[in-house]
Amino acid sequence: MASLAAASPAAHAPEGTRALRQQHMLSLGARCALPVAALLGVGFLAPLVAILAYAFATPRSFDVFTSFTLENFAGLFDPANTVWVSFVWSCGFALLTVAILAVIAYPIAYGLNAVFGRWSGLISVFFVFPLFVSENVRLYGWVLFLIKNGVLDGSLKWLGFSGGPEVLYTPGITLFGMVYTYLPFMLFPMTLGLALVPRDLVDAARDLGAGRLFIWREIELPLAMPGIMIGMLLTFVLAIGATAEAKILGGQSIIVISHDIEIAFTYSQNWPLGSAMSVVVTLFIGALTLFALSKLDLDRMLGRR
Amino acid sequence: MLQTTPAGDTPKPILQLVGVRKTFGGFNAVEGIDLDVREGEFLTIVGPSGSGKTTLLRMLAGMDTPTEGNITLHGELINDMPPNKRPTCLVFQSLALFPHKSVGENIAFPLKVKGVDAATRKARALELMRVVRLPENYYDKNVMKCSGGERQRVALARAFAYDPQVLFFDEPLSALDYKLKKALEKELKDLHRETGKTFIYITHSLEEAMVMSDRIGVMRAGRLVQVGTPEEIYGAPVDRFVSEFVGEVNTIKVKRGTDGTWDGVDVPGRFTVRPPQDGATLDEAFVVIRPEYMRFLGPGDTAENRIEGTVYNEYSLGSRIQYQIRVGSGAGEKVMLVELSRSRALPPGADRAVTLGWDAADAFTLGS
Repeated sequence: MASLAAASPAAHAPEGTRALRQQHMLSLGARCALPVAALLGVGFLAPLVAILAYAFATPRSFDVFTSFTLENFAGLFDPANTVWVSFVWSCGFALLTVAILAVIAYPIAYGLNAVFGRWSGLISVFFVFPLFVSENVRLYGWVLFLIKNGVLDGSLKWLGFSGGPEVLYTPGITLFGMVYTYLPFMLFPMTLGLALVPRDLVDAARDLGAGRLFIWREIELPLAMPGIMIGMLLTFVLAIGATAEAKILGGQSIIVISHDIEIAFTYSQNWPLGSAMSVVVTLFIGALTLFALSKLDLDRMLGRR
Repeated sequence: MLQTTPAGDTPKPILQLVGVRKTFGGFNAVEGIDLDVREGEFLTIVGPSGSGKTTLLRMLAGMDTPTEGNITLHGELINDMPPNKRPTCLVFQSLALFPHKSVGENIAFPLKVKGVDAATRKARALELMRVVRLPENYYDKNVMKCSGGERQRVALARAFAYDPQVLFFDEPLSALDYKLKKALEKELKDLHRETGKTFIYITHSLEEAMVMSDRIGVMRAGRLVQVGTPEEIYGAPVDRFVSEFVGEVNTIKVKRGTDGTWDGVDVPGRFTVRPPQDGATLDEAFVVIRPEYMRFLGPGDTAENRIEGTVYNEYSLGSRIQYQIRVGSGAGEKVMLVELSRSRALPPGADRAVTLGWDAADAFTLGS
């Protein structure tokens, strides 16, 4: 605002205005971005720096920025440490979640596009509505539904059956919870991706003799790939950091990596160890994402190159 | 791949439409079309937007099924045959090229569908690229990087690769600029002659139809109003709709007088009128005169028909000049068009009051 006020008396003299503007180091765009940059710096960058610093601090201490050691990492990679089991659970379940979601979401996205046409993107927004309710609340809802003498079990018994299956607090229900939670994140980009396949191209391929499977393989799938890949990447990154499903539905029948990190920060009060784990996981996911994005050439897929 | 049709002989129909109708929820998009398409001909269906020509084409290509009527190809009923089983191919208005495939892969697509091996596919694609005059080094080029004219050729080559018995075109040239369009129209005509295939072309531009077609079908409101050679359509339109569609016309409504002449209804005067081409006996008719058959009459000139009027506008059409002439007065006032070659234009400063003349043989008499 100050710069505008300073510039306005010189408005009739373009040379003067330009000279005044040049005195400011930042362009108008950069100045407009300043509040957001400050917010990101405080809310995003600072915690990351803190975590990074803690990862190199003396174990079981709060000597951040005053000590430097690699002990935390050495401990993590010590074969005696079983934290890798949690990591494998997390990765494995994230991969399974992505695979299951891809299989579930593709037909739904395909159907949405077939029925709603260009409105399908809007319709798929409705699938995001459950996200307005806290994830924990939704998961506890499932617990109430599946628990012994809960909605399912109780109703079945009342109807004279022997009762519902005992699925709660198993690894399987953890996976179910993850699939349930991350469905919108796969469905939304996938629907948009499938909407990118022009109807004309499918008609043309059919006119040129191609059958359904051939069209799917040669035309629909490659053209919808950007959306599918983004959906897979998004759900993988979210699922690898998932913790509530394993705790609430899985009843800690398996421990995921983010649970380990949480324990380090809370019960153990070992912030340096938790930070080191966070750094390793973040680097792993970051490297994987960058690798995937480098393989995922959106421009080429969309035919702009 | 040479033209197999002997000239002069009437070839047998390859594609036959009998009473073909298509209804969309109570709306008759196409109503009752009978048409014989001859083997190896270039037939253009022309009509304004909404006349049902695209619906007709979609039925021919198999993307829609007729509500009623029969479509036969070589005598075989193909009403319900899906497009991937039909030996026909459509060149889409959008061209519908596959954006994630190269020029070569696009052209070879139908061959890949048929399971032809990669080497043969490539050889055939390169051969077709020569046919449609695409340079060989375009084989690996991304199809979206090609210009409008090049994409046109890719679409055409891809259609040829399918080796269809009939090729359909849904206004593929409509998005191109005038010059390129003119060049491609002639190329398409050449390709038609070279390949000897049957072409059915849909357009709203009669100009395009005139340049390329062996026969033209004019469609209006779901019906084929007239089918004939470009000369027949231009020289003997069956009604005012066709005559006006083909180009600008002057229309005068007349009713039969007592002594063999006709009286103008909307323009005062008595006119000598040639009897209707279809031999119908009419008491009321429309005389249709093309602007280029009208002339200005000097003091000594004669013509079978004449009208007095005032020039109030003139336009240059390049090599020709069009005059707008106001005739009649009050409620009977009407604007007539006269088109002259530039060499016969009115001299500057000439009298604006003119006499228009034409001979009965140069006009058509139409009942509707």
